[in-house]
Amino acid sequence: MSEALLIVAHGSHLNPQSSTPAQDHADALRASGRFDEIREAYWKEEPSFRNALRTVTADEVYVVPLFVSEGYFTEQVIPRELRLDFEAADWDSDGTSADHTTLEPTDVDKRVHYCGPVGTHDAMTDVIVRRAETVTSNDDVGAGVGLAVVGHGTKRNENSAKAIQYHADRIRDRDRFDEVRALFMDEDPEVDDVTDHFESDDVVVVPLFIADGYHTQEDIPEDMGLTDDGRGGYEVPTRIDGHDIWYAGAIGTEPLMADVVLERAADAGADVDAPETPGDGAIDSARADGD
Amino acid sequence: MSGTTATDPDPDPDPAEALRTAAADGVDFDGLEATRHDDGFHLAVPDASYDDLSASAFLDATRGHEAYVENWFFWHQHAPQDDASWAFLRWIERPDDPVPERCERLADGTTREWGQLLVEARTDEGGQRRYDLRHVDDADADVATLSVHTDPTDARRIRKTDGNGRYRPLSTAPTLARGWIFDDLDPTALVRAVEGFYPATIQNWHRERAGDLDVAHWHETISRQTGIYGVVQTWDRGEGHDHVNWVAEACCADSQCLKRREWEYDEETPLNVPGGDGVFPCREPCSLVIATARRWTRMEAEQARTYEFDLTPSEKAQIEAIIDAVADGRTDEIREADTSDGANRYRARYLRAKRFDDAGNLCGVPTENDEAE
Ligand code: SF4
Repeated sequence: MSEALLIVAHGSHLNPQSSTPAQDHADALRASGRFDEIREAYWKEEPSFRNALRTVTADEVYVVPLFVSEGYFTEQVIPRELRLDFEAADWDSDGTSADHTTLEPTDVDKRVHYCGPVGTHDAMTDVIVRRAETVTSNDDVGAGVGLAVVGHGTKRNENSAKAIQYHADRIRDRDRFDEVRALFMDEDPEVDDVTDHFESDDVVVVPLFIADGYHTQEDIPEDMGLTDDGRGGYEVPTRIDGHDIWYAGAIGTEPLMADVVLERAADAGADVDAPETPGDGAIDSARADGD
Repeated sequence: MSGTTATDPDPDPDPAEALRTAAADGVDFDGLEATRHDDGFHLAVPDASYDDLSASAFLDATRGHEAYVENWFFWHQHAPQDDASWAFLRWIERPDDPVPERCERLADGTTREWGQLLVEARTDEGGQRRYDLRHVDDADADVATLSVHTDPTDARRIRKTDGNGRYRPLSTAPTLARGWIFDDLDPTALVRAVEGFYPATIQNWHRERAGDLDVAHWHETISRQTGIYGVVQTWDRGEGHDHVNWVAEACCADSQCLKRREWEYDEETPLNVPGGDGVFPCREPCSLVIATARRWTRMEAEQARTYEFDLTPSEKAQIEAIIDAVADGRTDEIREADTSDGANRYRARYLRAKRFDDAGNLCGVPTENDEAE
């Protein structure tokens, strides 16, 4: 029985970078040969969610939302547009614990394993830490350093703040960074006053956003005072009020995110081990075709 | 094709041997028949027929009819077997023609257009198909001048920007960049590349041919919207559907999108504008149309009011020419010194200098006129 991975993401009519993380992670997973078939679909780009499942050949489809939190998109838009008879209660989630559920779409004869978003998976905590390592070029970063995990706030989605808090708590529990804070764009504690929240000289700021765009490249850097005009870029680190601010940009572009996508599918039962079936030419040739 | 053995599975069997195996289930394909009976094998092509063949005589009988055997073999062993891909690959080579004619054509290379894509199919030794894919306008381009791609997943990145590097949010806009070629693809890779440029078009084209395209019309589609797009529902007021005609004319005309619009206002109410001549269908208003409709919904909630402007006849005609030039995407083509064109930049600047006040109001008439409220 062949299996497919379908990565579903927001995309944009205006910002070509919006779909780049989904494309990059799909390519990385394709190269690893873990799935027979890997596809992407978008709310604002193509294939649309509505047309997505028919582009998949396999009968078993693992749908992984490349979104940071549970909420409107994962609970309403994606299932509706994929034509899945889904109720948010099917996930029985507290806001960060959505796992997976198996459903039958109405327009194609397939089984869909609908997974929770990447943003609330436990493995995401490691991605945030990895992001801190890469932005500081220090694999042991932590001692003497503060870490801010940044999200929207509850204005847009109550669960958005929960996801930020969840990972901030998990990182704090590891006792690796001197200080860990969850900060927000549109509620307290606000990212504008980032230096008020830290005593450490060095502060790593990781925004929990999927794609780089207006929020991560203009809004947040300008709010923090890294630059007057984010379109011109900013220094890493930037010295502000006696602190060095290491601003990491959207977490979604971190290559390790591909592993979180894979883990979401594996949790839902996908066979994601590199296949070792001697003589199974179908899998081998499909992989050679970059499928 | 060498080195085959009698043991299964054979990754690359001889076509005649494969046909003999398949004869047990009966083969009837593109003029080729092969069956197995108690008395032996039967083999037939349009101008020859053989009966009661032994297993080895069957192989001998296929000689001279390689075109038929290899054709069957390709379609059943090498082409992707999902219905839509299979139908698309068949369509490329015009399968209604007899096999020998088709083979001759394929030996030279045969082409089909799919939107702005040009597919060229040809056969190599043994009847396998290979495909080149390029922009229709690069049909005669020297391959040395094109960037050569072999990974079909590159297509979805190429389609992101037009020839000027501008982002293309609609994959089927007629603005695909030129200058690339996918060279020597196998059938599966060709399908992937085409789907990379124009996602889901093969699937929906196939559904349409099979008579089961699931069209979602305008009213049904906007009724499904929630969140910030929920407001579009208020634009259908049960007072006709001119607004949807205008949307389709603005966004879905062939000059803007190569899909053939199959959705209408609703099941009973067709729109009054052409759906286009595209080869692949559009089965429901796309996200770009919905997002744009959201803006129009808000704008169309305004009431018309009367403004008074003093314009010369040439100035009125010029304003119309400017709107036409923008709507037709023609502004880049207007020559610098062509002041006969109302949308010429100097002409537009002169009109602005003369007729706008410091606040940018045409003829000094404010946009918001409280007395008119
Ligand atoms: S709705 Fe119109 S613009 Fe959008 S894909 Fe269909 S035909 Fe093209």
